[in-house]
Amino acid sequence: MHTSPPATVEGVAHENPALLHHFATEEQQKNAANLGMWVFLATEIMFFGGMFFAYLVYRYWYFGDFGAGSQSMNVTLGGTNTAVLICSSLTVALAVRAAQLGKQKMIVVCLILTMLLGLVFLGIKGVEYHDKFVEHHVPGPSFYFPGHVPGHVNIPINQQHAQIFFSLYFIMTGLHALHMIIGVGLFAFITLHAMRGRYHPNYYTPVETAGLYWHFVDIIWIYLFPLLYLIDRSQ
Amino acid sequence: MSEHVSSLKLYIGIWITLLIGTVLTVVVAKIPLGPFNAVVALSIATIKATLVVLFFMHVKYTHEKLTRVVIISALCWLAILLALSMADYATRLW
Amino acid sequence: MATAVIETGERETYLNKEYGIKSWLLTVDHKRIALLYLMGITFFFFIGGFFALLIRLELLTPAGDLVQADTYNKLFTMHGQIMVFFFLIPAVPAVLGNFLIPIMIGAKDLAFPRINLLSWYLYMIAGVMMLYTIINGGVDTGWTFYTPLSTEFLNTHVISAGLSIFVAGFSSILTGLNFVVTTHRMRAPGMTWSRLPLFVWAHYATSIIQLLGTPVLAITLVLVVAERLFHLGIFNPALGGDPLLFQHLFWFYSHPAVYIMILPGMGIVSEIVCCFSRKRVFGYQAMALALLGIAVVGFLVWAHHMFVAGISLYAALIFSILSYFVAVPSAIKVFNWTSTMYKGSISYQTPMLYAFGFIGLFTMGGLTGLFLASLGIDVHVTDTYFVVAHFHYIMVGGMVMAYLGGMHFWWPKISGKLYPEAWGRLAALLVFVGFNLTFFPQFVLGYMGMPRRYWDYSHSPEYQILNVLSTAGATVLAVGYLLPMVYFLWSMRYGKPAPDNPWNAAGLEWKIPSPPSTYNFEEQPVVTWEAYNYDELDKRAEEVPVAH
Ligand code: HEM
Ligand SMILES: [Cu+2]
Repeated sequence: MHTSPPATVEGVAHENPALLHHFATEEQQKNAANLGMWVFLATEIMFFGGMFFAYLVYRYWYFGDFGAGSQSMNVTLGGTNTAVLICSSLTVALAVRAAQLGKQKMIVVCLILTMLLGLVFLGIKGVEYHDKFVEHHVPGPSFYFPGHVPGHVNIPINQQHAQIFFSLYFIMTGLHALHMIIGVGLFAFITLHAMRGRYHPNYYTPVETAGLYWHFVDIIWIYLFPLLYLIDRSQ
Repeated sequence: MSEHVSSLKLYIGIWITLLIGTVLTVVVAKIPLGPFNAVVALSIATIKATLVVLFFMHVKYTHEKLTRVVIISALCWLAILLALSMADYATRLW
Repeated sequence: MATAVIETGERETYLNKEYGIKSWLLTVDHKRIALLYLMGITFFFFIGGFFALLIRLELLTPAGDLVQADTYNKLFTMHGQIMVFFFLIPAVPAVLGNFLIPIMIGAKDLAFPRINLLSWYLYMIAGVMMLYTIINGGVDTGWTFYTPLSTEFLNTHVISAGLSIFVAGFSSILTGLNFVVTTHRMRAPGMTWSRLPLFVWAHYATSIIQLLGTPVLAITLVLVVAERLFHLGIFNPALGGDPLLFQHLFWFYSHPAVYIMILPGMGIVSEIVCCFSRKRVFGYQAMALALLGIAVVGFLVWAHHMFVAGISLYAALIFSILSYFVAVPSAIKVFNWTSTMYKGSISYQTPMLYAFGFIGLFTMGGLTGLFLASLGIDVHVTDTYFVVAHFHYIMVGGMVMAYLGGMHFWWPKISGKLYPEAWGRLAALLVFVGFNLTFFPQFVLGYMGMPRRYWDYSHSPEYQILNVLSTAGATVLAVGYLLPMVYFLWSMRYGKPAPDNPWNAAGLEWKIPSPPSTYNFEEQPVVTWEAYNYDELDKRAEEVPVAH
């Protein structure tokens, strides 16, 4: 419950230039950053949670139309993207490990791999968006989604309900992609610092906290994938 | 600083488990289980998420209880949002 | 005890350490950021107040003669949005909380000073967007943005208003994040959780709500903006959507948000009541737990705003009962303040007058909340002036009083100057009288059936007399609010220099010079005493006469 920061007097040798003036020790600074990121992720859970709530309501109401919408998704691309993100999570974890062990070059290599994988994800996402656009599955005046509800040949798809599915699809994956873009930006910044050798076993907080963020974005996708791509696939 | 350094083997093991989980979700989704398709899909996702949190995000090794408190309270709050509003959606007479 | 020596104005403080606009706009000092916030918040308070006065002027006569119906809708919308999102929510945390929390826990600054500055910039950006909305012709959704009205049927500036509040929400989240991390990580040695001033506890509880509630508002506004831009239909019944889904999401944030507004005020009142009763707070633990209790239970009651909107009857029943539970921790607070005063040696200085006002008016607001939470009565008074009176009793009677009380209590510390006490008391009296004159008649009006949000009541001219009283009260209230602004500004130049501890109050902030130096403490303080040790403080004062 309580970790009272240790008492220190002004004038402790500040051998680490990254230690900010208002912290007594490196430990305290690191713990603050770590807690800050976790608290931020808690807010992110609620942010995405609001969307999952909307999704839950309409999936419950319009299950057939959601199934139809889901079946129009490209599972191969979606599954590949899931794998890509999992790989990027591994490279981030390895970047943190490299920092803990003081392997400067390895940090940079892992971070660059992470960013590349992130960009691959975004590229594939772009291809999927493009396909949806071509197929007129983007909500709006030209929205068109003919067919029938999976397993019920005589029930046509309700255009409005399907449009809600696609609205949620675009908003959820869009905000997820935005988080990815921010993550890649963060890592670009951190990679520059890593190249200058700023991180060592005693100070790698930015690598670690940005890593937490990246893993979280990965987790969101781990849920989005089955919820958006795999509804009622057995029909 | 006494940070826990996980072995390379562990990371690779988790990574492979996550990939297997992904393949498994896709495969299971094609088997007709009725409503249990969703249950299985969400269970696999939750196991994957837990692995990421525990091993990649180092929650298993931190001696800081607060991290766990933060995660669990966020999940509880999400549960409040979902449960109480579902109390409305599930019992509407119209 | 190492107290700093007062070298009459020569000492380096956070105010005179650096000069120039850049030293303010780029500062990361929590005290300077608090003052930056103070300016923004005061500005928006008067903009929101200006709209309020126009509303009251329109209602002076039964006919809709001063403004058109459309304009009236814009007036109460922008009044509400500005007062809620640009004044009440940030007011106490971002100004007094920002200034005091690090000092109260014995830290040099908040955990993330640059994020603190960022949150001020976000607030200002949001403010500029709101001003842009106003100048462009305003928005008339009501502060609640109800769909599909806001997404389909209005052609006012819903998108810029929505995005403005989205950005303001981020500012609020970052403040909360900073406070939570600061309270956990930056406490001085010996400053245990059970020694924290209740002011800090109150902000901790507030931050929890900000962190877990505000993101839901953010995503709701994203959905509203997207729906309006692309005609999606998520909240539009004509397109298969559910407007109640919007209301669930909105009130999941906005009911807890009323506690974002009130909890910091409770923190202030606890400090003031103890100081001016010269007593330890009654039931410290219960007070701290009640704050957390309100924060948690506050999340379980939101659908009491939707009783007549069409939610399930069973759900309405659950939410009605849960709403009653909020009254328990709220009552604990009121009883414990009263018990703190019992047999205390009370002095009636300005901050204490405001604290009295808070306790009484908050109680009335809370009790009428219970009326509204009971299903049968709510059907009768919902969407009438009864609701308007209810929440103004809490938000204006409670919160604005607490804010002013806090500003007076800590003004000597913030500015290093004393405000004129006689004027202070006069203003407090004006605020109290003006407030009750404005809002008490509204309870009656609501009970008689006057609906809220109408600009014209010529079908029932019998409402006029009460409306005239209300408008007259609003005028008195306006004077009561202007006065402190005038004499605070006056005191910055002409006020007497404040001693370090003008109230002989307990708490770390009173052990450092007024105004503090940039890093607050010359050396790391070590806390060995409990909060509100007024008994010890006064005993010591009897033994050693005070220096000043
Ligand atoms: C004992 C605690 C409280 C209870 C039981 C309570 C109950 C209620 C209920 C049932 C309503 C809905 C009335 C209706 O629309 O028919 C309401 C409205 C409102 N309350 Fe409270 N309340 C409480 C405390 C507060 C506090 C502390 C605040 C603010 C600081 C507040 C601010 C509001 C606002 C702003 C509205 C109106 C929202 C709108 O429709 O524009 N309430 N309250
Ligand atoms: Cu409420």
